[in-house]
Amino acid sequence: MYRSHMSSEEFARNVRVSVLRMTNKGQSSHIGSCFSACDILAVLYSKVMHVDPANPRAPERDRFILSKGHAGAVVYASLAECGFFDPAMLMQHYQNGSIMSGHVSHKGIPGVELSTGSLGHGLSVGAGMALRAKLDDLPYRVFVVLGDGECDEGSVWEAALFAPHHHLDNLVAIVDCNNLQGLDTTSETLNLEPLAAKWRSFGWDVAEIDGHNHQSIEEALQTKSDQGKPRCLIAHTVKGKGVSFMENQVVWHYRWPRDNEVALAIAELMGRDHARHDN
Amino acid sequence: MRDTIIRVITDACRVKSDIVLLTGDLGFGVLQSFKERFPKQFVNVGIAEQNMTGLAAGLALEGKTVLTYSIGNFNTLRCLEQIRNDICYHQLHVVIVSVGSGVSYGPLGFSHHATEDISIMRSIPNLTVLSPGCLWEAEQAAIAALGAPGSYYLRVDKSSAGHTALPDEQFCLGRARLLREGADCTLVATGGILGAVLAAQTTLLKEHIACRVISVPTVKPLDSQVLVDAARETRGIITVEEHTIVGGLGGAVAEVLMEQRAMPDFFRRIGLQDTFATVVGSQEYLREYYQMSENHIIQEVRRCVAGC
Repeated sequence: MYRSHMSSEEFARNVRVSVLRMTNKGQSSHIGSCFSACDILAVLYSKVMHVDPANPRAPERDRFILSKGHAGAVVYASLAECGFFDPAMLMQHYQNGSIMSGHVSHKGIPGVELSTGSLGHGLSVGAGMALRAKLDDLPYRVFVVLGDGECDEGSVWEAALFAPHHHLDNLVAIVDCNNLQGLDTTSETLNLEPLAAKWRSFGWDVAEIDGHNHQSIEEALQTKSDQGKPRCLIAHTVKGKGVSFMENQVVWHYRWPRDNEVALAIAELMGRDHARHDN
Repeated sequence: MRDTIIRVITDACRVKSDIVLLTGDLGFGVLQSFKERFPKQFVNVGIAEQNMTGLAAGLALEGKTVLTYSIGNFNTLRCLEQIRNDICYHQLHVVIVSVGSGVSYGPLGFSHHATEDISIMRSIPNLTVLSPGCLWEAEQAAIAALGAPGSYYLRVDKSSAGHTALPDEQFCLGRARLLREGADCTLVATGGILGAVLAAQTTLLKEHIACRVISVPTVKPLDSQVLVDAARETRGIITVEEHTIVGGLGGAVAEVLMEQRAMPDFFRRIGLQDTFATVVGSQEYLREYYQMSENHIIQEVRRCVAGC
């Protein structure tokens, strides 16, 4: 089983730097979405999930699905950070002729369980994987990261009904609530609140966490659900988290970082990290 | 045809425990005994076809062979993107079984008519499109789909042409079946309307019009050679399907013939003429009303043969 030799914070910082370089070279979108989910993935891959980069299809591995597939770069960068493939491959992101598309694709990329991109697909597939584990009494868990805007999709709620009915306590849905979607805030677009109460009323074991606090994320992910319920973590996050000029700006759903912005962003990420160590 | 397919699925489950049948809350009186017999291989997921199709993908990614069962357009058009993205892009072993093809459920109204599904489903990469015309084809298509990895759409008609198996015939996925010989015209059919086509052929033979009849249980991949031969060896081609003529069997046959430069003297597509069936009626009534009945096939052949 893989366990990172570095702290999850260090893992997350490296992933953010990779994503900056990938989106800069690829002139690709969705860096804000990658940064809001980055800490969740960093904790999952470095501390929680049982995965083996040397054997990506190991039957006992935990499964991860990024249902908000537009943040594909953060999955590729996390997998490279674990050692599923050579990090040099990341620079093929968005390049003509490569296999590393903007929305996450499994084809030819070790460690990707499911290709996504159209919203509202991942939780059903994750529930199918979890159901299979129940049918055959297998120990793996399934982790699905959704966006909050993604919860506009009706299919999310079809899966949300199904999983508690079938006692899929091996399924964890993590909603990356950065409060921003395609054109505006989630509350202005289509109000989701009270979101935690909605999942709870559907029969999920719900916890609300700070989606950037690694200790909270890890504790919430390590906690097994009670009463045979699937678990839902409402992770409060900030779109563009980690780079001050990107935070909470809808434009960073689309804009790619220019060379000078990458330099500024990396300096800020390194500075913050160093500052924390200095303390 | 439906009962035949359920029997095949049941037989398969007797020997394979990794098959899972999902239903979108349909199959009253049809799936009960299956559920009782194989409770761990059956899930009624509720009226939620997008979730059903995603679940099928998740189960199949983990090694199961999965069937999604519903009627009409519910497990095809309703969840088309799940079929495209989750099943076909991932090349999973899933069989989409939709009962009530064409206007099988005629009087229930347009919502229950599956009359655009062939066109739409055959455009999706990695998906084999099966549209059996008789009970033997239905049985063999279901056996083939369960027996070999891949993604399949199995279109199940209420009507059928009975048993049309020839002595010692072997069913082959992707192969069309030459059922009658003739040189005046070729009738190419898919689905249960094959019965009307065979009846028309018999009537026309009495008038000394000899029609070749080709049944196409696999619309995709399409057996091009038997169609090209028919275009070259007979005077013309008439396709017959209980489905829109836009992009269905007729469209598929035309694509093959044009590309192979196999130009018949005449080419007609019998089917719904780019319209919804809005009139209320049984399958038989609607076939007559929308000019795809045995009588209409006969008239069309007479017109074409006389005209050239």
